[in-house]
Parts: sequence; C-alpha cells; structure tokens
Amino acid sequence: MRQRRLSRWLEPIRESTGVSRWIFWIGVAIVAFFVILAVFAPLLAPYGFDQVSADGVRFPKQGSPDGTHLFGTTVGNYDVLSRVIWGARTAIEVVVLAVVFSLAIGVPLGLFSGYVGGRADRVLVLIMDALFAFPYILLAIVIAFLLSDKLGQGVVTAAIAITAVYVPQYFRVVRNHVISVREEPYVDAARALGAPRRTIVSRYVLQNVIQSVPALATLNAADAILTLAALGFLGYGIQPTDAAEWGYDLQRAIDDAGAVIWWTGLYPGLAIVLLVTGFTLLGEGLNDVINPLIRARSTAKPEIEEQPGGEGEAAILSMEPPRGGEEPRGP
Amino acid sequence: MSDTAAQPSAETSGENVLEVRDLHTTYSVRGSFFDRLRGRESGSVRAVDGVSLDLRRGEVLGLVGESGSGKTTLGRTLLGLVEATSGSIRLDGEELTGRSEAELRPLRRRMQIVFQDPHASLNPAMTIGALVADPLRFHKLVSDREELRARASEALERVGLAPASEFLDKFPADLSGGQKQRAVLARAIILGPDVLVADEPVSMLDMSVRAKILELMLELKDELDLTYIYITHDLATAKFFCDRIAIMYLGQIVELGPAADIYERPHHPYTAALLRAIPEPDPRRTVPRDLPRGEVPDAVVPPLGCPFHPRCPKAFEVCGWESRDLRTLLEDRWTRLSQDDYERERAGVGNLDVLDVPSVDTILPVPDGGTGEQPAEVLAAMRADAADDPFWSGVAATEVTDAGVRVRFHEPRVPRDLRVDRSVVRCHLHDPEALAAAEEIRRGRDGTQNV
Amino acid sequence: MNAVGDNRERGGGEPILDVRDLRVWYGTGGDPVRAVDGVSFSIGAGETLGLVGESGCGKSTLGRGVLGLLPDAAAVAGSVRFRGRELVGLSVKGLRELRGPELGLIFQEPMTRLDPLQTIEAHFRETLRTHRPDLDDDEIRRRSLETLAGMGIPRTRFGQYPHEFSGGMRQRIMIALALVLEPKVLIADEPTTALDVIVEAQILGILADLRRNFDTAILLITHNLGIVAEACDRVAVMYAGEIAEEGDAREVFAEPAHPYTRELLRSTISLETTGLNYIPGAPPSLIDPPPACRFHPRCPNAMRVCAERHPIEVRAPAGQRVSCWLHGPEGEIPEGGREPLEREEFLEAEEA
Repeated sequence: MRQRRLSRWLEPIRESTGVSRWIFWIGVAIVAFFVILAVFAPLLAPYGFDQVSADGVRFPKQGSPDGTHLFGTTVGNYDVLSRVIWGARTAIEVVVLAVVFSLAIGVPLGLFSGYVGGRADRVLVLIMDALFAFPYILLAIVIAFLLSDKLGQGVVTAAIAITAVYVPQYFRVVRNHVISVREEPYVDAARALGAPRRTIVSRYVLQNVIQSVPALATLNAADAILTLAALGFLGYGIQPTDAAEWGYDLQRAIDDAGAVIWWTGLYPGLAIVLLVTGFTLLGEGLNDVINPLIRARSTAKPEIEEQPGGEGEAAILSMEPPRGGEEPRGP
Repeated sequence: MSDTAAQPSAETSGENVLEVRDLHTTYSVRGSFFDRLRGRESGSVRAVDGVSLDLRRGEVLGLVGESGSGKTTLGRTLLGLVEATSGSIRLDGEELTGRSEAELRPLRRRMQIVFQDPHASLNPAMTIGALVADPLRFHKLVSDREELRARASEALERVGLAPASEFLDKFPADLSGGQKQRAVLARAIILGPDVLVADEPVSMLDMSVRAKILELMLELKDELDLTYIYITHDLATAKFFCDRIAIMYLGQIVELGPAADIYERPHHPYTAALLRAIPEPDPRRTVPRDLPRGEVPDAVVPPLGCPFHPRCPKAFEVCGWESRDLRTLLEDRWTRLSQDDYERERAGVGNLDVLDVPSVDTILPVPDGGTGEQPAEVLAAMRADAADDPFWSGVAATEVTDAGVRVRFHEPRVPRDLRVDRSVVRCHLHDPEALAAAEEIRRGRDGTQNV
Repeated sequence: MNAVGDNRERGGGEPILDVRDLRVWYGTGGDPVRAVDGVSFSIGAGETLGLVGESGCGKSTLGRGVLGLLPDAAAVAGSVRFRGRELVGLSVKGLRELRGPELGLIFQEPMTRLDPLQTIEAHFRETLRTHRPDLDDDEIRRRSLETLAGMGIPRTRFGQYPHEFSGGMRQRIMIALALVLEPKVLIADEPTTALDVIVEAQILGILADLRRNFDTAILLITHNLGIVAEACDRVAVMYAGEIAEEGDAREVFAEPAHPYTRELLRSTISLETTGLNYIPGAPPSLIDPPPACRFHPRCPNAMRVCAERHPIEVRAPAGQRVSCWLHGPEGEIPEGGREPLEREEFLEAEEA
C-alpha cells in the first residue's frame, strides 16, 4: 500500500511533457550534482578547506590555476577548488537544516492556526506577518549576531537565522490551504462521523495540504543559499575556521578583482549561481508538474484517426466465433 | 409553531426513534460587502422555523423542498452538526439539544449522515479501506489493523463493492460516482447506526445508477433495521422511496403525511405546485402548468403571515398580504408593458423603496411634485387588468392622500398545524378559524363600499 | 443513406446548423479521450433539439465543440456548418465574431458566469456595444430592458448587481444576455440543472415561448429526460461519444428504437414509477470504449454481430435515425449474427 501511495505522487511527474519536464529534470541533475559534491567532499576535494600546505610545501598565494591547483589559490593560501567543494557541503548542510527547521515550525503552526481560527489565529498571523515584513537580510543578521554568542558562528547558527526568515512563508501557505480544505465536504463528513479534531487535522487536512509544501521547500532552498551567501559576504556568516563558505570567499575575492585575479571570485560565484538555479528549476518544475492547470495546458493535441464506425463505413473487424462480451471499464 | 391543534401522529413513544418539538435553527448573516456599503443591516436567517415531527422506527421519512427550504439544515441540526437555537430533539428519549460536542460524540454512532456529493465526501488522500474503517477508529472501537480491514471488507461487501479486496486499496479517484456513493454508505453503516440521514444521496448520480443505489439503500434498511430521513428536492424519487413525506418551505413543514396521500391528494397549494412542476418524460404533457409566480423569497425577512402567500394561487384575505407584495405585483405588471407604457406608469409613482419595509399599512408614494391621483391611477389600472389576483383580497382599504395612496391590508394570520385526513397541514385553507375570519371580512366588505 | 434530420413543420429548407461526423478528442498524455466520436445532426430555424445523455457521454463537449470553445489540448475533425459556413477550422477571430450575435450559449451555473463587479446594465451595455456598435445608448437600453422584461426581470432592477438576484433570476438574466443579440442558434448546456424544480419549469416555459415567437434554433443539452419531453421538438440520445438514436421527441419517447433509450426511459424515476429499473454495468470509458457497438456489454438485446461490427445507421419504423443492429440493415448482418450474444454476468465490482 505504501508503494501505491508513492506511485500516485510520482504519477504527475511521469506524465508531464514538454518544458516542465525538462525544467524539472535539469533542476534535479544540478542539485544532485551538488549533493554528491557535498556528501563526498572528503573524497573529491584535493585538500582540506582550511589547508594551506601539503607535504610541507606551502601553497602559493593567489596562484593562478594550474596542474596542482585546478582553480588556483586565494590570498590566504587556500585552494579554491577544495573550498568550492567543501563550500558545497556547507551550503547543503545549512540549507537542509534550515528547511527542516522551517517545516517543523511553520507547518504545524500553519495547521493549527488555519484549523482553529479565532484569536490564536489572529495573533499568530500578526506575528508571522511582522516577521515577513522585516527585511530578511537584516533579520538574518540580527539573529545570527544574537546567536553567535551561544552557538558560535557555525552551520547551526546560520541555519537558525535562515529558518527565522522562512517560517512565515510556510506558515502562510499552509494556513491558507488549510482554511480552504477545512470547508471541504470530506472534512465535514469526517466531523459528522464523530472524528476527533486531532484526527481530522492530521489525516484529513494535513494529507491534502502537504502537496503544496515540496515546491515551496525547494524554492526556499534556493533563497536560503543566497541568504547564506549574503550573510557570509557581510561577515555574519560562518567563520572560515569552522567551514568553507562561498559567500565569505566572494567577499575575500573583491580585492583580487582589481588585480585581475579572476579565479578566486569566479568559481565560488559560479557555484552559488548554479546551485540556486538548480533549486529554482527543480522547484518551478515541481510546481508546474503538480499544478493541474498548467499541466493541462502543456498536454499535446491528439491525432484523430479515421475510425471505422463513422457513417456508412462499417469495416468488418473480425468474424471470430462468439466469445464472452467485453467487460466495461469502470470510468 | 407547534400547538395543540394537531400533533404529528405518534402512537406510543417507544415507536418513535426521534421526536422533534418546535425546533428552531437561526443563522446570523453578515451582509455582502455591497450591502454593508449601502448600509443594509445584517440579519438572521431562520433556516429551521418551528419544526415538529416524529420519526417512526423503520420508516423512511422524506424531507422535500427546494433550495432555501431548510431541509438540509434540519437534517444537520438533527445530527447535532449545527446547533439548534431552540426546541427539542429526543433520540429514544434522550435529549440531544444543548449538548456539547464531547457529549454528542458517542451518540454519533447511532445517527449517521450520507452527503450529496459522492465525489467530495471522501478524502482523496485516503484509501477506501481506510476511509470506511475510520469511524471505528474515531470512536476507539477497534484498533487492530487486521480487524479494521476485516470490518471494512464486511461493510464493502454489504454495499455491493465486492470482492472487497479489490476496493480496499483503491483511492476515491479510481471509483465511479455510484461506487463512491456505495463506499459512503459502507462508511455510514459500519458503526451500526439506528438512523441514517441521507441528504440528496442520488441527485448527483446518473439516472441509470440512481435506481441501483436506492435499491441498495432499501435492502440495507431491511437488513440492518435502519430508519431513514431522506432529504431531497426530487419528489419523484421521494414518492418511490419514502413512507411519509414532509414538504418544507422557508424553514417550515407545510405538509406532512403518508406518501400516497401527498401525491394523490395534496392539501397544501405548495405541494400541489411542486407536483405540477415536475417534468415528466411524456411529451404528451405540455407546458405551461399553472405555476406559482415568483421565487422562494429572501429568508432573512420572510413574508408576513404564511410564507407561501405571495406565490399562492389560492391565498385569501388573512394569508399575510403586505407592502412587499404590492411592489412585486407592480414590477411584475411592468415587465408585461411596452417600454412606453412602462415609462408612463413609472412616472406616476415615486420611490418604491418604502414598500420594501414589511408592513400592513403602507403607502404608494407620489412622484416628486405630483399628486396622490397619479399613483391612484396606476393602482386602478393594475386592478383593472387583474381584478381576480388573490392580492386584492388582502387589501382592506385604500386612501388617496397628498403623500400618495395609503394601502392597508388585513391583519395577517400565522398558519397553524392542522390535521387533514392522515396528514398535518400548515395552511389557512384548512383552518376553520381563518376561514371564518375571512368570511367575516368579506361580509363586511360587501356591506360597505367596495374598495 | 439519409442522415439529415428532417425539418417538419418549422423553418423548412436548409438547416441552420448542420453537423457532420464531428469528432472531438482530448489529449491526456496517454491515449486520447474520444469525447465526441462521429456525431451528425442538424437543426432548422425555430426547432429545438434536445441532446440527452448521462455524465461522461460527451454531450457538453459536443456543445462546446460546435462553438469552438474547446481547450488547447482538444483536436477537432469533421464539419459544423452554420448557415452554410464551415466553423471547424475557422480562425479564432472568425469564431469570435459569430459567437454572440449568431451563436448564443447559455451555461449551467449562472452564479459563476456573471461578473460580480458589474451591474446588469453594464453587462448588457458591454455585450451590445461589442456586437452591435451601430446602436446608440438609448436603443441599447431599450432593447436590454425589453429582453429582460420578457424574462420576467423587473425593469427597476436594471442597475443591480448579480449577487442581488436569486439563482433562477440569474439564469434568466443569462438567457436574456444571450437573446438580446438575437442569435440564430442558441446552445443551452444544462441550463436548469442547478435550479429548483419550479424555477426550472418557469424557464422551460420561457424556452417554449422562444420557439413560438422567434425563430431561434435551440440545442438543449441535458441529462433530464423530462425536460426534453417538455421542451424539445426532436431529441438525440448520446452514448459514449456517439448518437444512438435521433428523431421526433414524441416518437422517440413513445417507441424508442435503441435499447439504450428504452432502458434509460425505464430507469428514469418519475411520478409514475412503480419499480426500480436500472442498466447493469457502468458507462464506458471514453479512452477505450468497447469495440463495435459501444452499448453491447450492457444491452439486454445484444446479438453476436453487436460485438463484432459497429452498427450502421438506419431509419427505425417510427421514423427516427437509429444506430442499432436490431433494425438492420439485414444485408449487412452476417450469418448467425442475430444470435443472442453470450457474455459473462457483470461482476458486482463493475457496477456503478
């Protein structure tokens, strides 16, 4: 039965055609690529993210790309390629944490608020709207700053800072969906049958509302990468001693640009752009694929064959001996 | 408005699984944005307006009415899905009104509902097996998965979705309309209820399928000792399916009696109208069929007296004539005039909004700068063209004044429940007191100057 | 083979709307849905043709297909001639010019078809200004009010908004909007399904008046046989994307030639019903309909030939066109084809 459930979810993906399909799969490919980088960083990266020498030989400072350093080195003697790969791990870690936290907080709150309504709902909406209205970078910075005392400036801090920015979005989407589902006849029917509220919310409402979440999650992941990079760029992100981070590298690369040292900025920047694009394509593709209206538009027109059975054209299909009649297919 | 004039027939109380007395359910309505913009007050809708009935064990009671009749609200109120504003509902002697949701929940096992739209009443994210077994989980009767599945299978087989194994793991989207409705029935019976409220169970199904589902419901009723309340607007299926039928209009039961009587000898003009309006698949019958005019009125401010009187071909003096009826008649007349005639007459009266305030003492206003003669002319023309319209029986006096024509109506009487043959009818035509009052009015009128 | 519906008392001469072998198939990503699969009929001036069928038979698609109001994923083949002019394949612009002044359409749910932010007056003004730019404002107002009055809508309510009217009145407003342009053809898609029975009867009365007073050809699409009997001159019964039977309403109801029509009439619950009848099985999928005669799996009169060859359209004794081997043509039925068809009983699981 689990299998059936899963295949139902995958059905729209399989049935998609045209542009949505391409968008979706390209997005998947890009994201998968980075995920592999992240997971296998220790194996793939030639050096550690804060390694400045190997075999006793110090890395060149701002050395241009060559055999030993494919992407060159930075002003701090770091190997750019390694930092890009390790940066992928950081990015994926932070984003996954952030999305998980946001979902864990935003979805239940949205469920509760949407279903229960009343004063609790109004208060929550007020809080969430306030958070939402806040310039998100500022919010992230403030939180990162406040947390840096307790938790240091590592992956978790960054993740929490980003979570705070995105919880209102999940809350809002889920809440709105819940409000519409709440009035559906099947929810009414469950109530009439005597279902306790908890069951209604978890089995009847949540299961129908959850479909709007994946697309939102991937699009938020894209945004989160940018926010993380921005934090790093502004110096409120992850300390270079804790982990490699693209935004921080970019910031360090500013001075290099003047001296026509392009490799320190290009590769981290490219990584950011690619991963963000990957998540965005994935999210948009998912959206298109799941959204039935857009799907209908992209379905192709069929070819009408001239069938026997039009007027005056009764072809003799077959003259087999009689057999049991066809069972009708259920509509 | 239950009273001593007639009670719905009830043998011994033990025979009645449900006893309803003077039930009222009122919704408050917030006006639309535009209404509020124009300063129209929000109001309340008396969706169920004084309903009394007994439900006998094992019978099928039909609640028949058009939209706005309150039949669905009544069904939901009986089940406790909507809170009653006043009145009493007794299930086997136990009072249901005024109970909290927690107290009602165990009672839900005894009364179940089947909704109208099979496509919408099943959670699209759950399998049929899970949906049908869910009530058992809600009421914590069964928790073992195997047993849940077994009980669900049993219910599915009962309703003809056999072999059950084929259906347990399907999703609602995989089933046809008729099959879905069967699943809904399975879910409704799994707890072994006593009473089933079916709200338009077949109206969204195709003709060729309706009979199947109705037949299934009749079988279930016999096999499981059920009692049905069958809510519908379709008199044809009600005739076939129900033992007794209650005809509802604007929240009231206007006639309640054995099905055969309702169809062969309808006592209430609305019942008769409904019967005439049914399109028969017999081309030898033709339109028009002497239909009541107008439509079901606004429930927020129902007509005075008898709610059906503005449309009733047999209404008379005391049925509740009022200012709004005058406006309706006037506008109706104007749709039949040519544009020029209309404009001429329209110029003879002022702003008609004053007629929208329900009153038995109202005024047909003069146009700006005009005299009372002008609206009087219009009124006279109206009367000349349709002198035998029941409306005029309700007019007590007219008086030409400077502000316009003052029109006074006879005092409205609220209809009572009366026993006629084997039915209970809420209509003045059967009320000796009302008839006597009308007779007196007529004698008085003939004696004095004709108005 | 004569397949044109004769215009009897009315109009006479050329049919206003002539549909030949119309097919409308929807793409799904898999096999197409053959919603309309070879339908032919015609309507003359002043005639009302009822198109009746159950859900999923393709009748709504047919109504829209005639007007070219189909989604992008629908493919159309065949011919639809309106006063001699071919509509299939006509440009979007061309169709748009015809829709309204020549081809009117009434939908099922009047609540959702009127713009809630515009007064009735605004609706009429927009319609008339678009299609009759030759009319001045006074004339527009006059015509609108008259049409509305003809529908029983009080003239004093011209300036109100749709939500201030009841469902029945909104439907009448919709009809008025369609009629004010005086179209030659009116397609009414389930116009009374969402309405109460008394209001429905009132609207049927209006449609009956239309037949008498104007010369509008009406295609009335519905699943309600009672309405067809009341309001239509001729009726076409649709099953699984095809027309099973078509002819004069009185004749078809009195002596149905096609078993589906007969069974449908029998299963219709009316005031006269004494026993419950239904058609076993369920309407077929339009993606993969049964071969040969589409009704044969459920037909009580099925013969061997019914499962092997698609029926050829003939004239039944009472005069209607029918697509059923029971009526021949004899010459086309092979040896032994008239033997009753052996089939398995329907599993309960396949019942609707």
